[in-house]
Formats: sequence, C-alpha cells, structure tokens
Amino acid sequence: MLLSTLEYVPGKNISKHLGLVQGSTVRAKHVGRDFMAGIKNIFGGELKGYTELLHESREEAIDRMRQQAKSIGANAILNIRFSTSTITQGASELYVYGTAVILE
Amino acid sequence: MLELIIFIGLLMLGYVTGSALEKRHYKSILQREMALRKLPLIASKIVPEEFTPCKTSIVLGSVVISVDFFKHFVAALRNILGGRVSSYESLIDRGRREALLRMREQARNMGANFVFNIKMETSSISKGQRNAIGSIEVLAYGTAVILEQDKLSVNETRDALNLRPRTI
Repeated sequence: MLLSTLEYVPGKNISKHLGLVQGSTVRAKHVGRDFMAGIKNIFGGELKGYTELLHESREEAIDRMRQQAKSIGANAILNIRFSTSTITQGASELYVYGTAVILE
Repeated sequence: MLELIIFIGLLMLGYVTGSALEKRHYKSILQREMALRKLPLIASKIVPEEFTPCKTSIVLGSVVISVDFFKHFVAALRNILGGRVSSYESLIDRGRREALLRMREQARNMGANFVFNIKMETSSISKGQRNAIGSIEVLAYGTAVILEQDKLSVNETRDALNLRPRTI
C-alpha cells in the first residue's frame, strides 16, 4: 500500500478514485507517565514517554486507515492529512484521513 | 513562608536546568541540521517531471517538549502585561525543528533525495489542566521522494526545482 501526502503519484496514472478513508484512535496517558510529566514540567526538556505514546497511537491510526483502504480494494492512499484534538484533560484523539485510489 | 521558599527554589531549578537543556538541544539541532543539509525540504505539492520515475513514501517526525517552571512563570507574568512571550517562542521553535529533523532522518534512512509537500501540526497536551500548560506536541510529515534513475546533476536538479507552473 502506497501512502503519500501528494495528490497524485509521479509517473503513474490513477485508474479509480474510491473516496475518503480514515483511521482514528483515542488514547489516554497512564498515571505513571503523568507523574513523570509533572516532574518534567519543572525541569523542561523532551517527554520521551509521550513522544513514544503518540507515535504508537498514530501508527495505529494509520494501520486502521490502511485496513479500510484494503477492504475496498485500493492500492494507494493519497493526500494524507493528520489531525490531533484534545478531548478531555489527559485524552487525545489522533485522526488520519486520505483518499483511497487504485493505481494502474 | 515555606511555600515561598519552595516556589523560589522551583523557579531557580527550572531556570538552571531549563536553560541548560535548551542550550544543549539547540546545539544538537544545529549539528544535525548541518549533517542533513543535502536533503532538501520542499513545500511544493508538485514533483518535477524530471524526477520521474521515482518512489514515494510518507515520512513522519514528532516530538513532545515540556515547558519548565521558569518559562511557565515568565509566561504567566506576560499574560498580565501582554506582548511577545519569547520564553514560549523558543520552545515552539525547538519543537518544530526537532520534528522536521526526525522526519528528515527517517527519509535519509530510506535513501530519499527530497521531501515534498510538508505539513506541520502543533497541539498542546494537558490543556485545560489547572495551573499547567504542560507540553506541546509537534508533528511534521511529508512525502519522501527516492529517485530511481542515476543521480541528476546539480544543474539539472536546480532547473527541475525552478518550479515554474506546470499542469499535472
């Protein structure tokens, strides 16, 4: 499955558009990480735990999108965009969407 | 009285460690940016025809950076007076550059020559929590372009990237 933020694939033709595909996941951080983040808020610096957590969650969202695209027979997803929103304190939603297409 | 001592202690601690970490971070950012000079980032949506055939793939880079107690305090003061909050400006700048660097490192490991159509996103974590702005997350993503043909010469690449309007 080809993933791209471009609107087309250089050197290839799109034979069919299959519409929007999307994937999302809502994650909460656990207490231990929250406690460490509280300490880090005094000293500053990177929060590696959160970086990892968000990275994993985003991979999962991408995976869900990929599954959806696969189920409708696409072989590429173009024009991918990400979006993040905070739902409540401590939980955020990671959302990814794009256009599923069949390449020749 | 004790509370005041703790507060001043935290402020000092935040200032000392915060600025040391920031300095170290900027040093590493500059070093890595120099090392990645040969992998240009291009915000254009259109890949020049000269580059095809090529492989494309999505690349991501993200980072979460925390504020320190001192920055938070300075920003709180600024909220009263208004104006530029330079303590947060450097924080966000670090976040953006770090996210871009991670994206480029991922692209370099794939053997990419360019990264096209870059988008950035910033969000704040633990927003709305009482007396804490917590931290910011920056995500940078784009499409890595891996040229399949033998490398174009510098001049050819430059011509191709001149990006005059084209029809797709």
